[in-house]
Amino acid sequence: MKYLDEFRDPVIAKQILSEIKKTITQPWVIMEVCGGQTHSILKNGIDQILPKEIELVHGPGCPVCVTPLEIIDKALAIASLPNVIFTSFGDMLRVPGSNKDLFQVKSEGGDVRIVYSPLEALKIARNNPDKEVVFFAIGFETTAPGNAMAIYQAHREGITNFSELVSHVLVPPAMTLLLSSPKNRVQAYLAAGHVCTIMGWREYEPIAKQYKVPIIPTGFEPIDILEGILLAVQQLEEGRYEVVNQYLRAVQRDGNRPAQDIISKIFEVGNRKWRGIGEIPQSGLLIRDEFSIYDAEKKFNVGNIITQESDECIAGVILQGLKKPHECPAFGKECTPMNPLGATMVSSEGACSAYYKYQRIKND
Amino acid sequence: MCLGIPGKVEKIFDENGLKMGNINYSGTINKACLEYVPEIKVGQYTVVHAGFGISIIDEEEAMKSYEAWEVLVEFAAKDGVDLYGNPLEESKDLIK
Repeated sequence: MKYLDEFRDPVIAKQILSEIKKTITQPWVIMEVCGGQTHSILKNGIDQILPKEIELVHGPGCPVCVTPLEIIDKALAIASLPNVIFTSFGDMLRVPGSNKDLFQVKSEGGDVRIVYSPLEALKIARNNPDKEVVFFAIGFETTAPGNAMAIYQAHREGITNFSELVSHVLVPPAMTLLLSSPKNRVQAYLAAGHVCTIMGWREYEPIAKQYKVPIIPTGFEPIDILEGILLAVQQLEEGRYEVVNQYLRAVQRDGNRPAQDIISKIFEVGNRKWRGIGEIPQSGLLIRDEFSIYDAEKKFNVGNIITQESDECIAGVILQGLKKPHECPAFGKECTPMNPLGATMVSSEGACSAYYKYQRIKND
Repeated sequence: MCLGIPGKVEKIFDENGLKMGNINYSGTINKACLEYVPEIKVGQYTVVHAGFGISIIDEEEAMKSYEAWEVLVEFAAKDGVDLYGNPLEESKDLIK
């Protein structure tokens, strides 16, 4: 059991694993929603030590992976403009657009910079009043408070040379979409821990009830994930379908109210396209009209984008938990982290990159 | 993008009207916005996500998370990348 060496407390891990084995009597399919959880599962070999009755499928919770190609291509177009400083979290720079990525734009002379907070992007705007500074504001509910705060602060300071290219998505509508699909296999969810830190878990209660799925807000460490699986299996075996919080140290039922307030001040809920999945109603955050001067899509004329997806990439079905990365014919051949066909092979939260990095080459 | 780093609040100050703090991440000090943890005090720990404190945690939990964090950093470094998948040398070069 070499993978147990990395567990923080192997004794507790073994106890939880033993409890799972005692509880389970039949096959169950559990989806971990967050890509951070996927990487923890594969890195620590959790998928290999679980009883064979449990199948873990990997969810759409990788913000880099679900950012639509049109938005990537718009980012490339804006970043290529003279007088623009384009700022982004590092993950996005290697995501392939139709023809290139942001690293290539930089190598061609574009001013592309990595920042670790949207407030850093705002600082760049403050220090460069003669330039237009754009921040690539992607992500789930976890990054939304920071991205909202940067706009709120720009508004308060009267900074007008700052804008955000927004592609924010919301987790619960995607979870609902997967459950309502005729192809759905998911019987329980491990919900994304830090999304729940912001939003709480109230939104999940009607989903658990309507679709009869246990939903467990779960952390990212190996023992968190094992405990989340145990809480899901206990409910599945007993025929209960409730929201039970595993991630007690970071998640409260109501979430983080100050963060929710600023999100709703700056953004409104609207339809949003997800890469590989398509448009999901009411699944995105859009900048409200009163803050539209901070909307890079409106500020820059980058219409007429014609996108070209890879014919070989099956990221869409992987993000829906319908196939595993190693079932893709291009996996590890035409598609590798150095030469990715899709975003799931690029991102540190992408399922394909996790399978490649941790060598899940075939079913084992 | 969902990773959160726990850190200890060393100092709290105002910057452009925002509540900010110097956060000690197991020896490395960096700045974070504390507007979403308004009740936090010097000496407490917060999970920082993309430059924003998003929840307050107790010291024992923070120390446990450091151990997991260090394993992640070391693991990524073996592949020559940081936690966000950026090549270590290139990401240094790009951070201006």
